[in-house]
Amino acid sequence: MATAELPPARSTELPLEPEMHPLVQNKHDLVSVGDAIGEVVLKGEHPRGWWIGFLAGFAMLQVLAIAVCWLFYVGVGIWGINVPTAWGFAIVNFVWWIGIGHAGTLISAILLLLHQKWRTSINRFSEAMTIFAVMCAGLFPLLHMGRPWFFYWLYPFPNVAGVWPQFRSPLTWDVFAVTTYFTVSLVFWYIGLVPDLAALRDQARKRWQQIVYGLLALGWRGSAIHWRRYEKVYLILGGISTPLVLSVHTVVSFDFAVSIVPLWHATIFPPFFVAGAIYSGFAMVVAIALPVRKWYKLEDFFTDHHMDIMGKVMLTTGFLVTYGYFSEAYMAWYGHSLYEWGTTLERMFGPYAWTYWILIFTNCVFPLTALWSKKIRTSPFWLELVCISVLIGMWFERYVIVITLTREYVPAGWGHYSPTFWDYATMIGSLGLFLTLFFLFLRYLPMISITEMRELLPKKQGGGGGHSIMENAP
Amino acid sequence: MSTVTPGTPTTAPLHHAPGQGEHATQAPLVPVTYGLLAMFETGDAMSHAVAKAVEAGYTHLDAYSPYPVGEAADALKFPKSEMGPVMFIGGLTGACAGFIMQYWANTWGYALNIGGRPYFSWPSFVPITFEMMVLTTALTGLFGLLAICGLPRYHHPLFNSKAFERATRDRFFVCIEATDPKFNLADTRAFLNGLHPLSVEEVME
Repeated sequence: MATAELPPARSTELPLEPEMHPLVQNKHDLVSVGDAIGEVVLKGEHPRGWWIGFLAGFAMLQVLAIAVCWLFYVGVGIWGINVPTAWGFAIVNFVWWIGIGHAGTLISAILLLLHQKWRTSINRFSEAMTIFAVMCAGLFPLLHMGRPWFFYWLYPFPNVAGVWPQFRSPLTWDVFAVTTYFTVSLVFWYIGLVPDLAALRDQARKRWQQIVYGLLALGWRGSAIHWRRYEKVYLILGGISTPLVLSVHTVVSFDFAVSIVPLWHATIFPPFFVAGAIYSGFAMVVAIALPVRKWYKLEDFFTDHHMDIMGKVMLTTGFLVTYGYFSEAYMAWYGHSLYEWGTTLERMFGPYAWTYWILIFTNCVFPLTALWSKKIRTSPFWLELVCISVLIGMWFERYVIVITLTREYVPAGWGHYSPTFWDYATMIGSLGLFLTLFFLFLRYLPMISITEMRELLPKKQGGGGGHSIMENAP
Repeated sequence: MSTVTPGTPTTAPLHHAPGQGEHATQAPLVPVTYGLLAMFETGDAMSHAVAKAVEAGYTHLDAYSPYPVGEAADALKFPKSEMGPVMFIGGLTGACAGFIMQYWANTWGYALNIGGRPYFSWPSFVPITFEMMVLTTALTGLFGLLAICGLPRYHHPLFNSKAFERATRDRFFVCIEATDPKFNLADTRAFLNGLHPLSVEEVME
């Protein structure tokens, strides 16, 4: 090899990564990247779409406020929960939201470790999405407690009664997993934001913006020594967030799998839950990114290439999830357990069969036939439709799992579950909370990492030549 | 950082003494030089300048850029950050504390018989031990990074320079600080000018 001639210099017209082509072709440089992303925040001129999204979310948030006030006044009896189905919507929504959150960490941490540079333009807002989704998720167990003001009883703390939590229970693990997940996501997000906040501080012309972004930027000045430490911290955070994200949904699945309810007590649950989480999370990222990039004209940053890749990830995780459904039914039949097989038949043809078939259609049949085609993966309309379908399907998946409780061992213990108006109000309200927070984020913080986009620019245009965080982090 | 270099007058800025009239003559306020700030157009030029300055024997200097430029940190003889061991120790502490907490609480503090399992059923303590490790690693990362970098620090002499606003935008800076034993206003300026910067500016404390 040493004697081999050097290959001819590669054409510098179009560099490295396909997703960078619009950045290059449209002649972006360090300043224009900062302006394109930063001015959205600093100028405060927002497209009509922002107002539509924000006001819709804010209106739904009011529904949540009313639902929660009524809940605190009357108690959890306003929900449809009963004895076989003691958690109902609360756990369905909890698992759904936390699953959605997982895409953010997956994109920011796992794809970081895998050197997937296309993540750069979507990591910031998917991390924001993670934080808001985990907030919505956390809401449900808190509200379900009945006496949410005693929520701190979940945590170990020295108290007069001398009582400590029962650490052998997956529910206690869940408290730690979700708390850690929220905190670590927040830390990861904030550390990523610091250099961008410093950029906004120096770019801002309004006094209040200089003060607010200046305070948040913590006096960051971009010293080479600081950058080196920063990259190391970012890399390690990526490294620990990767097992964290897998552990969180694994622990969530233990909430079910550790019990002895037929079809819950299965070793497939952890990987099946994690795959489902990523599936729904990517669907949410794309479902939100598509309209946002249109409203804010950010097609140079979030390109068709991104949509294509995200569609492929959804295709893969969709198949994993489908395998999970197949495996559940197959093991129930093959295991010769009367209860497992009986519950499977009840699930498919019992009173709640319609939810099962909606799940199969919206989660498997439609997305997994549609996503094969590149045309669909790169068509905003169709991809949006597929994503919404997946979000509905993944919600029904958790519903189907929870509703299993109405048909377990002894027919005498069978029951019926139907959500009430207040169940729906709380669910719609949590969506309102999510949208409100998300649109406020779009308005006040840079939705794409300015620093990382600058690193991605080729050297000729002032950038770091495709270098990305952690490649220089010893 | 605020020590005064040899060669500059040692008069510290005097406080406005109470009772003095507005136009009472103040003792001459001699601003203290923080350093010389050279501005470059590219990251490569900045790294090159740092390497040259280190070669010339300067030790108190730093580079500033809108995105990480690893070569500059290498040239500053900072090849490896200390954050790895810091976060490792943080994580280890958290894991141990988490495990001991569970062991103590469920074995001694409030022993519960759950289905006849041993009180010290360590496999079921693993998930929380892991979560505590991740939590403390991340928190040590955040607070350790801030502490070691001396942040938050809202007043920094470099912010006195108007041009330095572009350090988070599109320019790359090298600052040789006045605390450097080799620092001499005229000579250092000449040295920096020899590296073809866009500008060289004296920054005051």
